[in-house]
This record gives sequence, structure tokens and C-alpha cells, in this order.
Amino acid sequence: MSGLRRTAGIALRQYYLLRSSPARVLSVYAWIMIDIILWGFISQYLNIATASGANFVPALLGAVLLWDFFGRVMHGVTTSFLEDVWSQNFLNLFASPMSITEYLGGLVLISTVLSILGLIAMIILATIAFGLRFFAYGLMLVPFLLVLFLFGIAMGIFGIALVLRFGPASEWLVWPIPAIVTPFAAVVYPVATLPAWMQWVSKLLPPSYVFEGLRMIVAGNSPPVGGLILGFVLCVLYILVASWIFAHTYRMITRSGLLARYKAEGST
Amino acid sequence: MRTAGSSPTLSVTDLRRVFGDIVAVDGVTFSVGPNETVGLLGPNGAGKTTTINMILGVLSQTSGSILIEGIDIAKDRRRALEKTNFAAVYAPLPGNLTVIQNLRFFGLLYDVEDLSERIAELSDAFDLINIRNTRFGLLSSGEQTRVCLAKALLNRPRLLLLDEPTASLDPATARDIRAKILEYTTRYNMGILWTTHNMYEVTQVCERVLFLSKGKILLEGAPQSLPGEYGKETLEDLFISVAREPLTLGGT
Repeated sequence: MSGLRRTAGIALRQYYLLRSSPARVLSVYAWIMIDIILWGFISQYLNIATASGANFVPALLGAVLLWDFFGRVMHGVTTSFLEDVWSQNFLNLFASPMSITEYLGGLVLISTVLSILGLIAMIILATIAFGLRFFAYGLMLVPFLLVLFLFGIAMGIFGIALVLRFGPASEWLVWPIPAIVTPFAAVVYPVATLPAWMQWVSKLLPPSYVFEGLRMIVAGNSPPVGGLILGFVLCVLYILVASWIFAHTYRMITRSGLLARYKAEGST
Repeated sequence: MRTAGSSPTLSVTDLRRVFGDIVAVDGVTFSVGPNETVGLLGPNGAGKTTTINMILGVLSQTSGSILIEGIDIAKDRRRALEKTNFAAVYAPLPGNLTVIQNLRFFGLLYDVEDLSERIAELSDAFDLINIRNTRFGLLSSGEQTRVCLAKALLNRPRLLLLDEPTASLDPATARDIRAKILEYTTRYNMGILWTTHNMYEVTQVCERVLFLSKGKILLEGAPQSLPGEYGKETLEDLFISVAREPLTLGGT
């Protein structure tokens, strides 16, 4: 019970910040909405330009929407953590009886809520403005969203472990992670398009199984269930590894003294 | 005043912390009893904050042990910290949360029962009612200190660590704050480790002081009698001697 209260406390702090700051609320929606508008028009243009009769909206815009969902999940974790970095709150946080698991649980909880809100907003915009039939993917949406959600959590925890280890100035390492992963995740093109070495990297990235599956459904084929199961297993593995890295980093900076002088590290 | 024979609230034994070639804390041993206020004094860089950080579990010790009500913080961090809290000038609360939001947030982290009632009680005690909806970052130094102390008392700690709690306060406010802290010390039977550079404050609140210099405890005793024992007129004179000639005093 006490663990749940601590986890709720971490999430509550983020809720307070969002409630009092329109800029923070805007950041939850702004970029993903811009992406939907941009890729919505690109998809419509390709429909006209190729004149092939193919509809690019479900394959391209649907994929971008799912990818933005992943990004929203990851940044939900990292931004909440960075709020503690920016407000120099580490000493107060980590001198409390809260455990690392409870802290990460709180970050994941608030990220889940914000990601679901972002997803709903994207679906409404893509449906109304570009005619995307999001639920046409059927029941496969559940594993698609689950794999991307879990991968977002894993990357989020990995990202904040980097900032914890290398200090506040290293936050710039976190923001580009989705962009770095994008070419390998084969969001808008098949994995087969990539050179052999990139295909190997792609196989290690769970989102690639989601987007391959999405394209198969759009093409009228059966989705690769085995691939999605593998993607799910990889996600669970990555979450465990990322959490271990975070906990290990925490122990390491407690030993080195970085945690106690984290504020000073931020001013350099 | 500490009860004779009672087991210590804080027991630090042979505590040592090394950063590379630098020995920041060198074999420090002391205790703080229930309902006792102990001053941890020393010049800048003496190892006071390093010692406090180790007691708070945000810095691991190279060797030695820290027991809070008999619980080893290195082995059972959670249980030890449930009995502890702190207020320090270098650890302000999040400036973008209001007073009430900060107290709720930390109340949940410390798993405080009947949190709303507890916040109301401390808001009343520390005169926070009128500023409860103001963001912490917008408060004056005195108001921030009162909020930090309310946060530090949320969980009714058995051990309270205070690092210069009245720094930047005017004398009248500082006196009120000291009185309030001492009132809660008695009420909760709390042990306090109090760090300050204000020697007047030390004589007012501390039953015992520890002079730390270059990571070692150089002197220990009652703040009223200690200066006389070392041929000094006041505690401030003794402090200056510790800062300038630690070896001379240590050998006395």
C-alpha cells in the first residue's frame, strides 16, 4: 500500500505541473498533431501522384501515428524525470524512503495516462482530417500498441539512466533517441528495403515487427503473429535491462558522490 | 534533554568516506540520543555535508556504519529513512509546486497517514495557511524555510537532520523557528543533528557539539563549557581556532 502511495505521489507531482502549465499540456499534443497533419498531407499527395489507386493513408499515416505513440510514451517517462532534474529535486527525492521501483512506476504511470490522451487526440485528428480508419487494423491493434508502449517504456528508462549517469547537461542525448531508432524500425518502408546490416539491427527492434505487421494487414495478408510475439519478448527483456541499468547507475552515483552533488553537475 | 541510558536515535561508528586521494570523512564516531540536539560544527570543507549525505543515504560510505534507531541504512535504507527527514538550504523544494502541493507530494513519498490532517496541523504550526497556494519558488527565504521544516516534520521523524536551517533569516524569525523546532523535538522525542555556522544559535539549541575539522571529530562537549576547557572565551573563538589551528587543539 505504501508503495502504491509513493508511486501515486510521483504521478501526482506531474499532474500538478500539467494542471498549472498550459505550455506543458501543449507539449503533450503539439508535435504529434503537427506530425499527423504533415504525414496526412503527404499520404494524400501520394494517393494523387501515384494514381495507382492505392491508399497510402492506412500504411503511412497509420504507421506515423503508431510511431508517435511510441515517442509519446518514451518522452512521457523522460520528461517527468527531467522535471526533477530541472527543479533540482534529487536530494529531496532520493533521501526519502521511496524505492527505485516506485519511482520508475510513477514515471510509467503518468506516461501511460499522457500517451493514451495523446493517442486519442491523434486518432480523432487523423480520422476527421484524413479519413484514417484506425480500427480497421482490427484486433492486431492490441499487440501493436502494446509492443510500442513497452518499447517506449524501455527506451524512456534507458534514456533517464543516461541522464542520471552523465549529469543534467546530457539531456540532449535523450531527445533524439526516437529519431535514431526510426530508420531501423522501418516505420514507413519495409525492412527488406534496408541493407543487410541494418536489417539485422531491425530484427532486434520490436517496433519493426509492428510496422511489418501493419503493412501486411493493409496489403490484405495475415499479420506475422510470431514476429509480434518475438517483439513482445524483446520488449520485456529491454525493460528489464533498462531498469537494471537505471538501478545500477543509481547505485554507482551514490557510491561516486554524483547523486549528492547532482545540482552542482548541472551548473557546469 | 536526552534520557540517560536510552538507546541512540543515530549511531555513527568509524565512518569514513574517501574521494580518490581525498579523505573527506575520516573515522567519525558519534551518536545522537532521543530528545537530544547535537550540533555538527566545523569550517567549510570539514566534512559536515558529506556526513549528512551519508546519513541520508544519498552517498555511500567507504567504511563504517550508520544506524538509525538500530537500523543500518546500508542494509535497510527504506526502514531507516522512514524514521528520518531533513531540511537543508541546498535542497529547496520544487519551486514550480505550491506549498500545499509540495506537502502532499512529500507526504505521499513518506507514506504519511491522515495526510490532509497532518498538512493542516503543520500549516497551522508554521503559519503557512496564507501562502498554501503560492508556488514555493515565489516565497521569501523565511517562508521557504518554514515550508521546508513543515516538510521535514511530515512523517514525525525520529531523526531530523538540519543543515543551516535559519541561514538567511532575520533574528526574530530565526528565534521563532528555533523555538518551533525545539517544541517538536520534545513532542516527538526526536534526535536532531544540527549544522550551522551561527554560534549563538548553537548555544541556544544544542546540548552537545561536535567540532569537525578535515574529516575528523576534533572536539566534543557542551557548547557552554567547551570554550573554557580549551582556554577560549566564546564558542566563536573556539570555532576560529578549530578552523585555523586544528592540530594544536586536537593535541590538547
